[in-house]
Amino acid sequence: MDINVTLNGAEHSADVAPRTLLVDYIRRTAGLTGTHIGCDTTSCGACTVLLDGKPVKSCTMLAAQAQGAEVTTVEGLKTAAGLHPIQSAFTDDHGLQCGFCTPGMMLVGAALITENPNPTEEEVRWAISGNLCRCTGYINIVKAIQTAAARSSAASESTSETNGS
Amino acid sequence: MTAPTTPAEIGGIGHSVQRKEDARLIEGQGNFLDDIELPNMLHMAILRSPFAHARINGIDTAAAAATDGVVAVVTGELMDQHGLAWMPTLSGDTQAVLATDKVRYQGQEVAAVIATDPYIATDALELIEVDYSELPPVTTPQQSLTTDAPLIRDEKEGQQDNLVYTWETGDKAATDAAFAAADRVVSLETHYPRSHPAPLETCGVVADVNSVTGQATIYMTSQAPHAHRTLFAMVAGLPEQNIRIVSPDIGGGFGNKVPIYPGYVVATAASLLLGQPVKWVESRTENLISTGFARDYYMKGELAVTDEGRILGLRVDMLSDQGAFYSDAQPSQFKAGLFHVVTGSYDFGAAHVNCKGAFTNKAPGGVAYRCSFRITEASFLIERLVQNAAYEVGIDPAEMRLRNFIQPEQFPYETPTGFVYDSGDYPTALRKALDEVSYFELRKEQEAARAEGRLIGIGIAHFTEAVGAGPSRTYDIAGLKMIDSAELRVHPTGKAILKLGVKTQGQGHETTFAQIVAEILGIPATDIKVEHGDTDHTPYGLGTYASRSTPVGGAATAVVARKLADKAKKIAAHLLEAADQDIELNAGVFSVAGSPDRSVSIADVALAAYTNLPEGMEYGLEDVTYYDPPNLTYPYGSYIVVVEVDPDTGTWEVQRMVALDDCGVRINPMIVEGQICGGLTEGFAMSSMQWITFDEDGNCIGSNFMDYLVPTAWETPKFELLSTEVPSPHHPIGAKGVGESATVGSPAAFVNAVIDAVAHLGVRNIDMPVLPDRVWAAIDSASNAAI
Repeated sequence: MDINVTLNGAEHSADVAPRTLLVDYIRRTAGLTGTHIGCDTTSCGACTVLLDGKPVKSCTMLAAQAQGAEVTTVEGLKTAAGLHPIQSAFTDDHGLQCGFCTPGMMLVGAALITENPNPTEEEVRWAISGNLCRCTGYINIVKAIQTAAARSSAASESTSETNGS
Repeated sequence: MTAPTTPAEIGGIGHSVQRKEDARLIEGQGNFLDDIELPNMLHMAILRSPFAHARINGIDTAAAAATDGVVAVVTGELMDQHGLAWMPTLSGDTQAVLATDKVRYQGQEVAAVIATDPYIATDALELIEVDYSELPPVTTPQQSLTTDAPLIRDEKEGQQDNLVYTWETGDKAATDAAFAAADRVVSLETHYPRSHPAPLETCGVVADVNSVTGQATIYMTSQAPHAHRTLFAMVAGLPEQNIRIVSPDIGGGFGNKVPIYPGYVVATAASLLLGQPVKWVESRTENLISTGFARDYYMKGELAVTDEGRILGLRVDMLSDQGAFYSDAQPSQFKAGLFHVVTGSYDFGAAHVNCKGAFTNKAPGGVAYRCSFRITEASFLIERLVQNAAYEVGIDPAEMRLRNFIQPEQFPYETPTGFVYDSGDYPTALRKALDEVSYFELRKEQEAARAEGRLIGIGIAHFTEAVGAGPSRTYDIAGLKMIDSAELRVHPTGKAILKLGVKTQGQGHETTFAQIVAEILGIPATDIKVEHGDTDHTPYGLGTYASRSTPVGGAATAVVARKLADKAKKIAAHLLEAADQDIELNAGVFSVAGSPDRSVSIADVALAAYTNLPEGMEYGLEDVTYYDPPNLTYPYGSYIVVVEVDPDTGTWEVQRMVALDDCGVRINPMIVEGQICGGLTEGFAMSSMQWITFDEDGNCIGSNFMDYLVPTAWETPKFELLSTEVPSPHHPIGAKGVGESATVGSPAAFVNAVIDAVAHLGVRNIDMPVLPDRVWAAIDSASNAAI
């Protein structure tokens, strides 16, 4: 069947088997391997992508269910302006070790701070509780998401000040 | 902590340099095994046994083979025609690659389908008909060693029962004498349950054998690519120069990616037979049920103590559940790994350990899950025993430790089981951790809470690890000495490439090993590329596990950098027209002693190495070192956990977790602390939720992340980290391993805290994981006993 999605801002179409999982569409059909597979039971969150801005686990969703939607993967976080604040915060706060859970964690974090610009530690921990990390003990991931939130808020404040003057 | 000696722009030892690895990983540009796509690549799926123990009467593959898109179906019979139905394990046993006679555990590999698409390969598994006759399963090691237990390894010549090995260490007579002299004997029986490292990336392989040239390029999730190349040569009979193992970015290892698994061998054989690349990537269920379990030791420990709280001796009797094949990944002379470290941080004269291993109808593995070979089990046992001994003697558990510690002036210290601890200051470490939690105030708060019916517990663990295997006189795996290597090449523009025999799985070697070179040569760490994981392009080594990278590979790196520094000084002397012995090297600047204004930089010297040399000197600035460590390193730590237990439900919550680690010199404090936080989380996981069990039919309970619970950010407690820094006297930069310390030390701290909360009721043990129902039952039975 024909699948048409907006993948990281660009139209992407392909003819795939109806049973194709979204994660396989992203990884094998579109060739974007930054989205990982860590389980097949929606438990680990390594395959998390944003579907119309909301985090979903692409290993237990058909590509067909994403028909017409906007899909954002880790490859879509960086813009012409540079790294997304969540990406630089993960490096600055040592929020990753092996890096396998990182794309999913960053996408959940990015969605959280869009919705909640100043999340508490508890809110961050709840938001990422569907994503497993076996390396970091989560402490620096939580810190990185809060750093990214603070930097994004500071940036938007300075933009609004500039606009206001 | 020692202050760095290099400026931040050089980023030598002691700087929290940001990781080089991150740039690719945060943009989704890592290259993990499953990301590898080769032209004409085929996909493999494995059919696994549904039974724990069954005879195979026949396998009908016709329908699967006839499926569109299926290229081949491989069975044990086909593998047997090539002499590959069985393979040697890392512990000198043999393991079935694909079962030919019977299956010996649920999840065992029975057949494989190779297809053009992974969905087709998985579908076709359903079409393979296997005719099984079920046999009675053996599900515990205790049952395994009874006289009427079914024989699991009936194919093994000379094997009359299910005993794998017996092993002992220490001095039995001296230990018996110590127990005879003791005022009391404190004993503890506990099971360190079966667990699984479960790295977030499962295991996998892409085998690419060129049928014309014979070149076999095998991409593999490997923690030990060089050792695996040699083992592949030995097992498959391929010429070693034609084998190239490439271990790409690894999504966590924790010991799971040390062994060679049947799937790797089948995919390689299939690629050889079909002349096309073959990819196999485990599902999570395959990972949890078939590869790399850990622990599973039934331990009985006894401590001989005096009424003053002095430990006189230790006796341990253990039984390990090995699964159906003995495939422990550990040095070949050590049947129960480095369990010798069970004497812990304490000074006493006598110890004796006796251990048996038993075959059962469970998956093989026996990997050292974030642990230097059974050290986790050993540390757990001694730290649990010491706490119970304190209760029996009637002194505080902290005081019990302080009375028995090896003192700083006793190092190097030889233990009754033969280790020579290199360095440490245990009393300072424990006192610092006690001060941090205001320990004696906490004890008063605990008393007050108890009076209100609240259960607060304070658990201490002071562990000592033995890591960095190891000296060639003692340590080998499958005959390969456990040395490691580093090759360093400085380019004419003063930049460098460092090639390692070890292989990172997230530990940050590309950053920290560059820092070692930066410290010694003064080349900025950012200008040093670190290469690892590709056996065609790196020098030989035994790989990364057992916290051995820094102790062995890091030592090799320091030694090779110093070799280059010596040559560089001669070149600098030539450029500065001074005597060799007058040249001083400091942060990348070579100057003449007494005339600091006469100087050249490392970049000047690097260019001269290719353009302007003293007479008779060979061109270039590069060398390689193979490092044979003189001893292991012995990191240690003092951990304190405070919990509150709900007496009505048995649930417990961590209120504080203070972890003091001493791993000698810290190359990159940020990365060290990251390793410790990760390790503490795994210790918390094992003490609270993470285990694999089996039902009476041998069905694995814990075959996915819904049944095998690993902690999320929601459950994981917060950690407070402290440090002391007593360098290793024999390591070239004074460093010790650290990646596993927290996993080794923390389970006892968590469990001791829960026990401490209910110890006044008479509770002395709750097995891990310390689940709420177990806590509740312990409280309930203690309360009933009191009535």
